[in-house]
Amino acid sequence: MNVEEKLIPIYYLGQRYDVPAGLTIMTALEWLGYVYTHGCGCRGGACGACSTMYRVGGDYKLHAGLACQTMVVPGMTLVQIPYYPRPVTKYSIDEKITDPSQVLLRLFPAIQKCVGCGACARACPQNLRPIDYVAAALRGQWQAAADLSFDCLMCGLCAARCTGELVPHSIAMFVRRYYAKLVRIKPQYLVDRSNEIKSGKFVPGVKQLATTSLEELRRLYDARSFENVDGNKH
Amino acid sequence: MAVSGYPPIMQESLRMLEQTRAFRATQIMPRMTLAEREELLREWHPDYREESNREVKIGPNKGQRLANRLVDLLETRGIVDPAKVNLDRVDYDVDILVAGAGGAGVTASLIAHENGAKVLLATKLRIGDANTIMAEGGIAAATRPEDSPEKHFLDTYGGGRFSNKVDVISALVNDAPLIVEWLRDLGCMFDVQPNGDLMMTFAGGHQIRRTHSCKDLSGMEFMRVLRDEFVNQQIDLIEFSPVVELLLDDQGRCAGALLLNLDTNELLVVKAKAVILATGGMGRLHPSNFPTTNHYGATADGLVVAYRAGANLLHMDSVQFHPTGTFWPPQSLGLLITETMRAWGAHMVNKNGDRFIHELETRDTEAASLIREVQGRGNGIPTPDNTYGIWLDTPMINILTGIPDKVATHFAGIVHRFNLYGIDVNAEPILIYPTQHYQNGGVEIDPDGCTAIEGLYAAGEVSGGVQGRNRLGSNSMTDIFVFGQRSARHAVDYIKKAATGAPSLRHVDAYNKQLEEMNLRSDISSPLLFPDYMRKEVRARSVGR
Ligand SMILES: Cc1cc2nc3c(=O)[nH]c(=O)nc-3n(C[C@H](O)[C@H](O)[C@H](O)COP(=O)(O)OP(=O)(O)OC[C@H]3O[C@@H](n4cnc5c(N)ncnc54)[C@H](O)[C@@H]3O)c2cc1C
Ligand code: SF4
Ligand code: SF4
Ligand code: FES
Repeated sequence: MNVEEKLIPIYYLGQRYDVPAGLTIMTALEWLGYVYTHGCGCRGGACGACSTMYRVGGDYKLHAGLACQTMVVPGMTLVQIPYYPRPVTKYSIDEKITDPSQVLLRLFPAIQKCVGCGACARACPQNLRPIDYVAAALRGQWQAAADLSFDCLMCGLCAARCTGELVPHSIAMFVRRYYAKLVRIKPQYLVDRSNEIKSGKFVPGVKQLATTSLEELRRLYDARSFENVDGNKH
Repeated sequence: MAVSGYPPIMQESLRMLEQTRAFRATQIMPRMTLAEREELLREWHPDYREESNREVKIGPNKGQRLANRLVDLLETRGIVDPAKVNLDRVDYDVDILVAGAGGAGVTASLIAHENGAKVLLATKLRIGDANTIMAEGGIAAATRPEDSPEKHFLDTYGGGRFSNKVDVISALVNDAPLIVEWLRDLGCMFDVQPNGDLMMTFAGGHQIRRTHSCKDLSGMEFMRVLRDEFVNQQIDLIEFSPVVELLLDDQGRCAGALLLNLDTNELLVVKAKAVILATGGMGRLHPSNFPTTNHYGATADGLVVAYRAGANLLHMDSVQFHPTGTFWPPQSLGLLITETMRAWGAHMVNKNGDRFIHELETRDTEAASLIREVQGRGNGIPTPDNTYGIWLDTPMINILTGIPDKVATHFAGIVHRFNLYGIDVNAEPILIYPTQHYQNGGVEIDPDGCTAIEGLYAAGEVSGGVQGRNRLGSNSMTDIFVFGQRSARHAVDYIKKAATGAPSLRHVDAYNKQLEEMNLRSDISSPLLFPDYMRKEVRARSVGR
């Protein structure tokens, strides 16, 4: 990688290091010689393994971000939080959930302790607003809570900052599963196809293809007709 | 338009790209015939470069050509010295050990547990830190009434250059719709149309829309739901403890594995009647020197330990390069831009503003044509680093769909990622170039996930035979769940009758002896566990590295 070799100071666990500007926190630490075992997963902003808290210079503000996505800035002082404890909540998503609001309160009693401070929203690297999806869940607006929380990486940064000691992403996980399985209607054609498969309907056809000569398969392959893709509108 | 997020050297080609938009909006690109595709691949695909593969000198595939970087890890000793291991002190005694907590491993654990087996899941990073969580596009299955497993079979087989194992693809396409139903019933939030039908998109090489997506975070949705269910089922899990060697009994049956606790450096002995390998791919070996889309732990560990234990590999001479890897800014080099963007209308455009291929050909074809456009025809877009890429015209999606915020809503993840670097992909294209994406081959399996070693199963990217020499987009999500389930079911039956004996490392001794006899020496040992990103300057000055 061709980065601008201008060095800037950062403070990792309190220790000053000079690293090239233009690197992410993760690549800057590796540039220094740090070898990750914890705190690094996908390296692409998808897994939440590299949650990081930092301040910059004399600013009072505490920032949160992902080490693989956040660029180093001069005077940044940081720590990674590769793991954040959350209580294990056991449930199963099935028809026994007749009063979801009640189940929600039983599983996540802390949900009532949300004080509406908004600290969670300032921490979220995905620009989500846990304050809003928690409120939607409390009001029983399952679709809204599911949609508002959909981009959640489960990195735990909101929980780390939460005044009311909630674990917002656990609440959201339960709500999305409940909504997707039990509120939404299951498409009938999916059920039908599944029954066809279980009855073995396609086995002979597939078997026939599997035993067709390569020459004939190549012909069939070239002769496929494609569903219209150009001018994709739907 | 707002200020461009790209440097001056790229501005000329940006102007060309804008000028040709009106023409391109109605342009129909022809599909390639098989013969044309084969010729393009031979000439431009990295698989066919002399330096990509070499003959392996030892083990079950001896004499065959495999990916160079993998051969480095096969022709060397393990990180464990068998003489120093006390196998009598057993740390875990279970029915089934599952190695690797991505989509395949968590699925196998859930199904084995559901069927009454005592399961332990061991993984290198945290549960879910895996390629699975990064999947953007979605999962392929013939669920629509107008689609069929037969069509899915033909697309997959041809896509794989007719090298896939036909019995294994048959299982894949047959089970695929059941998997979509299973995921849906676990509470995965698939994209739906207003009437409740599942929304379907195209992926390259498929003749019909059959990709089921969850925005551009499909893998994340599948992974977090499976992980949630796994936690709910309270199945045993050890994180940060990769498998570093398999254990075999005196009949050569798989009898467990050695784990390495990454925090204490202690070896842990797991006795098991069956082991399901689900350790994923090898992107972080950077085959043929390409950047990669893969997660940090994709270092081919499963291939290495299985090979040393005597399991043969299939199709490891072929690597999937994804045509649309990020090429600018350099900080994001190699990160994936999902194929779905092309399915929704993003064109690939050269420096003259011209398209050069139908955007939904198979990935090997697309990647080869991109390399030809840049290296063969000199039509690449120059960067300040003296390298050349191709434009992926993302704003075209809004234009072609007639939905002004289609990119913003459907591809929020990508929009967010580029915003960090001042690039607005709603208004400007993305510079791309092929990036390593997927390990097409792996440990050879049959339709039940069985390998050449009794009691050893493989599922997901670590396995070989399903995808042949080129995987179609969205077929890996199908693969990991289908064979995660199938291997678990077979293993549960197997352990009921298995007469697994005492675990040993004799096969490692024998392998080491062979290395010595053949005078194969190397200063690395394997599995690698993590890629080596240390700068030479740092290494030269540090102690014990
Ligand atoms: C960016 C990206 C986007 C993709 N998009 C799509 C898509 O849209 N559709 C699609 O079908 N496919 C897609 N793929 C491919 C697909 O995601 C993977 O092929 C698939 O997820 C592999 O699943 P897996 O469970 O086999 O392996 P992984 O999900 O990679 O899981 C393997 C796990 O094993 C762990 N591990 C590694 N070594 C060891 C060891 N020695 N011991 C124990 N554990 C170990 C790893 O850390 C990891 O957790 C994409 C891949 C990438 C990288
Ligand atoms: S909602 Fe919380 S857990 Fe989810 S991404 Fe935002 S900060 Fe992380
Ligand atoms: S930080 Fe906690 S208490 Fe504050 S708004 Fe968010 S969820 Fe509520
Ligand atoms: S490493 Fe996965 S989000 Fe940063």
